Amino acid sequence: MLVATALASVFIRDLFAVIMLFGVYSLLSAGFFLNLDAPDVALTEAAIGAGIAPILMLGTLALTRKKSEAEPCAKKSIRSKFLPLAVVTLTGAALIYATFDMPHFADPQASAHNHVAPRYIQDSAQEIGIPNIVTSILASYRGFDTLGEVFVIFTAGIGVLALLGFLTDGSGRAYWQFADTASLHRHTVLHVISKILIPLILLFALYVQFHGEYSPGGGFQAGVIFAAAFILYTMIYGLQAVYKVISPKFLYWVMAIGVLLFAGTGVASLFLGGNYLDYNVLVQDPVHGQHIGIILVELGVGICVAAVMMSVFFNFAGRASHLPDDKKEVRK
Amino acid sequence: MSVILGLFNYWVVIALMMTGFYVVIASGNLIKKIIGLNIFQTSVFILYITIGKIKGGAAPILTEGVETYANPLPHVLILTAIVVGVAMTSLALALIVRIKEAYGSIEEHDIHRKDGTL
Repeated sequence: MLVATALASVFIRDLFAVIMLFGVYSLLSAGFFLNLDAPDVALTEAAIGAGIAPILMLGTLALTRKKSEAEPCAKKSIRSKFLPLAVVTLTGAALIYATFDMPHFADPQASAHNHVAPRYIQDSAQEIGIPNIVTSILASYRGFDTLGEVFVIFTAGIGVLALLGFLTDGSGRAYWQFADTASLHRHTVLHVISKILIPLILLFALYVQFHGEYSPGGGFQAGVIFAAAFILYTMIYGLQAVYKVISPKFLYWVMAIGVLLFAGTGVASLFLGGNYLDYNVLVQDPVHGQHIGIILVELGVGICVAAVMMSVFFNFAGRASHLPDDKKEVRK
Repeated sequence: MSVILGLFNYWVVIALMMTGFYVVIASGNLIKKIIGLNIFQTSVFILYITIGKIKGGAAPILTEGVETYANPLPHVLILTAIVVGVAMTSLALALIVRIKEAYGSIEEHDIHRKDGTL
């Protein structure tokens, strides 16, 4: 099924349909991850692949155009059509040949399961004391790694801001909404349902954030879900309404605060005599220290991710509002 | 038979990967290229999670009475990779928006023509 959706997205020209298919594809792969015992990953993929990514792509689409060009180069030479196909087939064949050396599916003897992983599974209960091993590896054992990734996200956020220009507080006619503004605005059903849904989404995000130590979840997922609630709100009520709640300036600060909270936790442990990001020293009892460290770090991650996602979306949305009207009806 | 069952997941991964790869190199539309890149990326995620699966293992959340767990390490790597991936996608999309503004098109063909490099 995954392959079918992926293939379909190759052949369809209408970009809008392709993006929707991509959402479906992501949701399917989230189900696939769940099936393979990876609930944390599934949650992330569902929130991002099926939620945020298509919305951002649609935003780009609104800013550019709908059809994937009706080929002025329909006379595309046979060479340019078959060369990619040949390259792909060759690479695929080589890769399939390589799989014969791979360990079989779900084989417990595979080398991936016999190095550090057993140690994490056996010792994390004593050393860190939280049930979700994924969270303990993410925030503690591989804290450096995660810190680096948060920085990458932060930098990407900055990059988008730099490319699309910083937002001013609702200047101009920043009353932009997705698709046909008027009809969405008038929909009472949408208003009522979103008013019921948004608090629940926010609550769920907080649950995912703070219960991430015990069940699947954590800062990354929570941040994305949190941002999704605000994005839904923007889509229905318009940018100006959101700016009353959170101004873009505030978001920029929050973005930085998220990263600093993560990095600061590391510095704090440094001052208390431990290694960087070594939470054992935060309080008297090492296990307790780990708990506090992980909560702080996850909070930093969540805040940063949410702020970056929101400001990226607002940037796309705000950009559209500055376009002249003739460009706005690219998507009917 | 056991070979087919044992390696089937890898083959799905390869099929997806090649689909994404094909979209990236064959399609001229920049947004479509990004989608191809995303499909490619997802196939890598599936590869990692497949490696993490252990027969009879439970999800890696410690519970009483469960002995085998799926390998949590690939999960961590992929979880962060997904979020980083979307951040990169948004950066790429922002670049596309700028390209559209500068060239008036998001077709590779037109852009090359305007640059006079084709």
